[in-house]
Amino acid sequence: MRVADRIERKLTDALAPTRLRVIDESHLHAGHAGARPEGETHFRVEITTPAFDGLSRVARQRRVYEVLAEELRGPVHALALQTRTPAEEQPG
Amino acid sequence: MISNPVFDQIKQDISSNDVVLYMKGTPVFPQCGFSAAVVQVLSHMGVKFKGIDVLTDPSLRQGIKDFSQWPTIPQLYVKGEFVGGCDIIREMFESGELRQVLQSHGIQTEAA
Repeated sequence: MRVADRIERKLTDALAPTRLRVIDESHLHAGHAGARPEGETHFRVEITTPAFDGLSRVARQRRVYEVLAEELRGPVHALALQTRTPAEEQPG
Repeated sequence: MISNPVFDQIKQDISSNDVVLYMKGTPVFPQCGFSAAVVQVLSHMGVKFKGIDVLTDPSLRQGIKDFSQWPTIPQLYVKGEFVGGCDIIREMFESGELRQVLQSHGIQTEAA
């Protein structure tokens, strides 16, 4: 399974997001620190879930890091995160 | 918690400096785009900070992740408190919250 698919599946199972985008940005980092020739090292995740209600930014990201601990120890070198609750979703 | 000499060094650094950025590279020569982004925000706001290059010390590079329970670099500390990594600092800068947090701790920033 591709790393992006694994990220998507784990976050979906753990946090029941109402919106989730997993974007592989590895091509933007080709050839520098942490990049692997096969790619799948640098990701951006945008996730909206009611599970973040009442949590600080730090606590939200820690939740995501927990869920993806295995990936972060392994192939994933960088993970940019945007964490929102449904109430914070911007229209459009 | 298991006693860890790196933790003692970190505690010392974050208590003796108001604003500390654990980063890859130095403020003048960041070695990573995410570290560079936070340096840029702080410099733009005219905030004095101490940059600590984790690439010079593998035990610190791992130690700061364990200490903060945060798996990525950069990491920003203000008055001994972990504020966040690159995404959080960028969001807080854009919303004006970062300036508020710094000012509430009595840290000087330049007018935008």
